[in-house]
Amino acid sequence: MIDKVIYLDNNATTKVDDEVIKEMLPFFSIYYGNPSSIHTFGGQIEKEIKKAREKVAKLIGAEPEEIIFTSGGTESDNAAILSALETQPKKNHIITTKVEHPAILSLCNTLKNRGYNITYLSVDAEGQIDLTELKNAISAQTAIISIMWANNETGVIFPIEEISKIAAEKEVLFHTDAVQAIGKIPINVSEYKINFLAASGHKFHAPKGIGFLYIKKGTRFNPFIIGGHQEYGRRAGTHNVPGIIGLGKAAELAEKYLEEENTKVKYLRDKLEKSIIEEIKDVKLNGGKSPRTPNTLNISFKYVEGEAILLLLNEYNIAASSGSACTTGSLEPSHVLRAMGVPAEVIHGSIRFSLSRYTTEEEINFTIEKLKIIIKRLRDISPFTPH
Amino acid sequence: MWDYTEKVKEHFLNPRNSGKIDDANAIGEVGNISCGDALKLYLKIDDKTKKIIDAKFQTFGCASAIASSSVLTELIIGKTIEEAEKITNNDIAEYLGGLPPEKMHCSVMGMEALQEAIKNYRGEKKEKEVQEKIICKCFNISEEKILKAIKENNLKTVDDVTHYTKAGGACGKCKPDIQVIIDNYYNSLKEPPPKKKLTTIQKINLIQQTIENEIKPLLRVDGGDLELYDIDNNKVIIKLRGTCSNCISANFTLKGFIEKKLREIVDNDLIVEEIK
Repeated sequence: MIDKVIYLDNNATTKVDDEVIKEMLPFFSIYYGNPSSIHTFGGQIEKEIKKAREKVAKLIGAEPEEIIFTSGGTESDNAAILSALETQPKKNHIITTKVEHPAILSLCNTLKNRGYNITYLSVDAEGQIDLTELKNAISAQTAIISIMWANNETGVIFPIEEISKIAAEKEVLFHTDAVQAIGKIPINVSEYKINFLAASGHKFHAPKGIGFLYIKKGTRFNPFIIGGHQEYGRRAGTHNVPGIIGLGKAAELAEKYLEEENTKVKYLRDKLEKSIIEEIKDVKLNGGKSPRTPNTLNISFKYVEGEAILLLLNEYNIAASSGSACTTGSLEPSHVLRAMGVPAEVIHGSIRFSLSRYTTEEEINFTIEKLKIIIKRLRDISPFTPH
Repeated sequence: MWDYTEKVKEHFLNPRNSGKIDDANAIGEVGNISCGDALKLYLKIDDKTKKIIDAKFQTFGCASAIASSSVLTELIIGKTIEEAEKITNNDIAEYLGGLPPEKMHCSVMGMEALQEAIKNYRGEKKEKEVQEKIICKCFNISEEKILKAIKENNLKTVDDVTHYTKAGGACGKCKPDIQVIIDNYYNSLKEPPPKKKLTTIQKINLIQQTIENEIKPLLRVDGGDLELYDIDNNKVIIKLRGTCSNCISANFTLKGFIEKKLREIVDNDLIVEEIK
């Protein structure tokens, strides 16, 4: 096992903050009771869950009752969409985008096979949707609009305020997958007309297996997981107590470090970006003209292939990811970059670097230095490099 | 992360013979940049001995594509083109200690580049220029290429074909067509089950059964019938009855149907004769 790494793959998952772990530990060994129990030993935990819920609600400007704890982003996304369909059985239309995470995209494809109509909004070269296209797609049959807050591959941020206004005007439910936005940019749902918001703990330094769904007060909700009466009867299953405690702490820390995320982390991302553009050349910045999350850089290195870059980075213990087809089993390159009209040959050489508050300037300098060597090496053996 | 062998990693990290040969007398180019991998192979062939005295490559692709290219050059340098021609994608994959199934197409690309280079040396047409039926439009893969991969690697499923040729790996619309190619190929290989050597009694019984179950019911549809009169070695003597007895196509019925059926089921050497 390798434990030393320059970890630039924080959009995939993040390190659990030490403070989060510290806060969680007693709930494995000392306070292991079930918060649903009648006795004090279990029942006292309910108070801790309440505190965690308040912290999570505060992070996004919601009321604690508007938060339900889930197993993560995918469950939250599924719960929101399926609830919207169940509570409005006469409506059979969903509007989403071509660049969503599979938690939404695969679900919509499945629903399409079951007879629902799905509109997949296109994006332009900078990864943005056309709001007129959104307006025109809405009909009396539209049950829900589901558009991500920020894209996982490019970091591109969508105009959630405008979208929420359009949805409210047309009286259509609006769900946003905010998995990549939480902890990176300020979010205040009380300012917008958002019905559902999905988030995942492990993307902001909480552990894997815990997340939440925001359900706006007054929005009808049908539970996705059915069983006990937990979460006001909206999400059954014994509470993942350590996970919830960790999520609460992570939310508190995310609020504390939000400023740093948008100053220090952004500075390092911009430095990496600028150095690559200036020193490596023949690169294409993907989504660079759109507003982006401060930690994400998606850039294509022309004439070379992404998997080869990643494996050479791996030799220096630098972890990143790629939109290249070769890194997946599918042979098909990134659906996000394809939707943006990036040519296939450029997608094959795309790399996503995603930083976190743990990323240091030394790490970025080292990455730039090694990247120059790696790209030169691969370009030297590529038949497409112009000499 | 792919589960690459040490050998793949080693050749990827330290590729042998990468680069160009300026005075190459054979060049093989396969794949293209938009498909995600491409290989350009340069050979220097001695015109007298037909030996490959040098080989270099330029590759755009993943680790296994680069490793396959590197190994290919090691395998062919010093061989005559006749010897090199016998190298298959499996030789490349084996030399690397195996490739993940999804990456087998990288070894196929190596073999193809070599074949293209040899064709180029001999002045033969490039495969691309020959009329081909394209099955996979995403990766521009022909029926010939798919069939070749099936034959050479004994591929049984659509996924296998995708791993070796990439065909069907993107939009997936051609998957049913690939299945048809696989089915047709294996059906063409199926031989009729070998006939058992029958004893005389078994043979007589089988002839009787065939007449009762396979022949009579069909003759009766048209009001015809027959009676088994005798069996003499391979000679089956019958009497046609009903409408068959004075049918003008009786001779066709006798040879084209009854004899054919009996030969098919019982014994190829049977001869059917009619006794009036």
